[in-house]
Amino acid sequence: MLPYIAKRVLMMIPTLFAISIIVFTIIQLPPGNYLESYIAELEAQGESVDRQKVEFLREYYGLDKPLPEQYLRWAGGMLHGDFGYSFEFNMPVTKVVGDRMLLTMIVSFVTILFTWAIAFPIGIYSATHQYSWGDYGLTFLGFLGIAIPNFMLALVMMYVANVFFGTTIGGLMDPEFIGKPWTWDKVKSVLEHSWIPVIVIGASGTAGMIRRLRANLLDELSKQYVVTARAKGLPPRKVLRKYPLRMALNFFISDIGSLLPHIISGAEITAVVLSLPTTGPMLLNALKSQDMYLAGSFLMFLAFLIVVGVLISDLALVALDPRIRLSGGVAR
Amino acid sequence: MNIQRDLLIPAEAKAEAATLEETQALDPGHFVSTEPFDPGSAAQLPPGQERFYLASQWTLMWWKFKRHRLAVASAIVLLAMYSSTLVTEFLAPYNLHTRHTDFIYAAPQRVHLFHDGRFVGPFVYPQTKSLDMTTLRRVYTPDRSDPRPLRFFCSGDAYRFWGLVPMSFHVVCPPRNGTLFLLGTDRLGRDMLSRILSGARISLTIGLLGIALSFTLGLVIGGLAGYYGGWVDMTVQRMIEIIRSFPELPLWMALSAILPVTWSPVLIYFGITGILALLDWTGLARAVRSKLLALREEDYTTAARLMGAKPSRIISRHLLPGFMSHLIASATLSIPGMILGETALSFLGIGLRPPITSWGVLLNEAQNVNVVALYPWLMLPVLPVIIVILAFNFFGDGLRDAADPYR
Repeated sequence: MLPYIAKRVLMMIPTLFAISIIVFTIIQLPPGNYLESYIAELEAQGESVDRQKVEFLREYYGLDKPLPEQYLRWAGGMLHGDFGYSFEFNMPVTKVVGDRMLLTMIVSFVTILFTWAIAFPIGIYSATHQYSWGDYGLTFLGFLGIAIPNFMLALVMMYVANVFFGTTIGGLMDPEFIGKPWTWDKVKSVLEHSWIPVIVIGASGTAGMIRRLRANLLDELSKQYVVTARAKGLPPRKVLRKYPLRMALNFFISDIGSLLPHIISGAEITAVVLSLPTTGPMLLNALKSQDMYLAGSFLMFLAFLIVVGVLISDLALVALDPRIRLSGGVAR
Repeated sequence: MNIQRDLLIPAEAKAEAATLEETQALDPGHFVSTEPFDPGSAAQLPPGQERFYLASQWTLMWWKFKRHRLAVASAIVLLAMYSSTLVTEFLAPYNLHTRHTDFIYAAPQRVHLFHDGRFVGPFVYPQTKSLDMTTLRRVYTPDRSDPRPLRFFCSGDAYRFWGLVPMSFHVVCPPRNGTLFLLGTDRLGRDMLSRILSGARISLTIGLLGIALSFTLGLVIGGLAGYYGGWVDMTVQRMIEIIRSFPELPLWMALSAILPVTWSPVLIYFGITGILALLDWTGLARAVRSKLLALREEDYTTAARLMGAKPSRIISRHLLPGFMSHLIASATLSIPGMILGETALSFLGIGLRPPITSWGVLLNEAQNVNVVALYPWLMLPVLPVIIVILAFNFFGDGLRDAADPYR
């Protein structure tokens, strides 16, 4: 088991390396660099440019150096927590970002829990009651969840929450609590606001998961050992609980690989609409103003989140599934 | 068929059968049929079943698909929507760029048939505008005394058909000196219905173009990986893994944000399509690869190789047809993702740009919660999006079920 874990962790390194190269390419792609256009803009507005500072930045990030060296500086800086410099905000990216990344992680995590909590019972019901009215109804609901663009769902839910429950528009808490220490009221306010993003982000992911879980469980239910168990007279509920359900549990863990990118994508656009203090709105702004170091580090962070998430799910699978533990490979 | 079989029977056997028939015919105790004997008759299928057993794979698929009613209905809906894009300009009551400055944010108008209990045919009541001084909102009230019948097959707003031929023909036109805003107007007083109809042209084609691109990419890359195996396969596998570990939407956002501002809207359209396809081929490539890996071990592949067929011929002639139907089904299922992707990008304002009009560009106007409260009809472009996504999903499901007709 240990060699497998070691191998799995080591395999992450080339992946992250390749991702960082792609992100760096994206940073470099816009014509000219931000520093130049920034200086030009300041000069056009008649403001004085702090030559010394510009020089320092140029030097620090090697903006006049060849690309490979720029990459090394950028990637090397990232390794010890320096994500580059946001030219738009005029401060290091780490300061601009603040706890946005943490909040993104929390929102994603809660959404995964929500997705599991909803998808598990519904998926099992759909599979065991195949072609019943309940199955059709739930499948249709799931399809709706996939088909409605989540930004529209977010807008409408925000409006509904405001009209029916008096929740303030947007954000993760009432404006009066922003920057205040954590109190019971503040927690309540956060909870009041956070169910909308969780439902909106979770909607399409849940729908996809229900469909995959249903298909998986149906495959499992038609296998011969289930037929044998039934033929030997085991009550249907016990058959389900003893064997196929446990298989389905493994699927929940291994499905994180396809769920997580989905949730993070959904979280970004939903956050823009709901103006949540997560990475979404800031990534969009950074991209619009071509503040590429900021955008690049967000991208890098999101990809990193997914890679680590998949790693955790793989390791959890090793702990859960003896077949993998014994053969030392992922059995999917 | 019978003639062929007759030819296969050697002449002596025929002569023997003939003499046998003669001797038996002399014996009165037995009934002997005098009809010619066909030794292949046992293997021959009754005419009713021949149709089923000898049907081609595609015929079988069509039969199975036909039974999936929801899929057939979805196919019809999709067909209708796609064919509407051919004649958008005729169907739309207005030119999509015409501004009606007197009717900004006008609410949808209703079409009536009866006026004062008397049948008039389809007509609308003209709207009069007033300003609500407390909320500063424009309020449109229909004037119920003055029915204005619609005109059909008429000449209305001028436009260029497909951007080329100047014309002014419309299927429905607003009444003379009147307006016809069935789905309301936007902040510049442009008719929403006409805009949604022309948005279909962009939103629907971007899915098809994108899937064509990603299909080709997936087929070529997956085909190479699956057929050659070894280091080619390793490289492709790693590449797919890396692309998959990016969250789709943020990467789309980043790529479309770096499309040069100087590009023309048409170039941007192709750029966005390319970006959507660039991240989408991985699923197809995976499917192609795993199928190829399995199929290249089959005996018929070895036979083809021994007979000197080139890899390109083996792949395209012997291997691909075996799972093409599956590929088409899964490609259909990934079109909705592309349409949603374009909608999301344009909604955020980093996708397509006006004057190109797609559903996402239209939804860009409905970005804040005020719209939901005050002008909910600006959110209507989301309806065709939902319908198309649902239809593609059901259609693709039906295709996938039909793709394996022998099960």
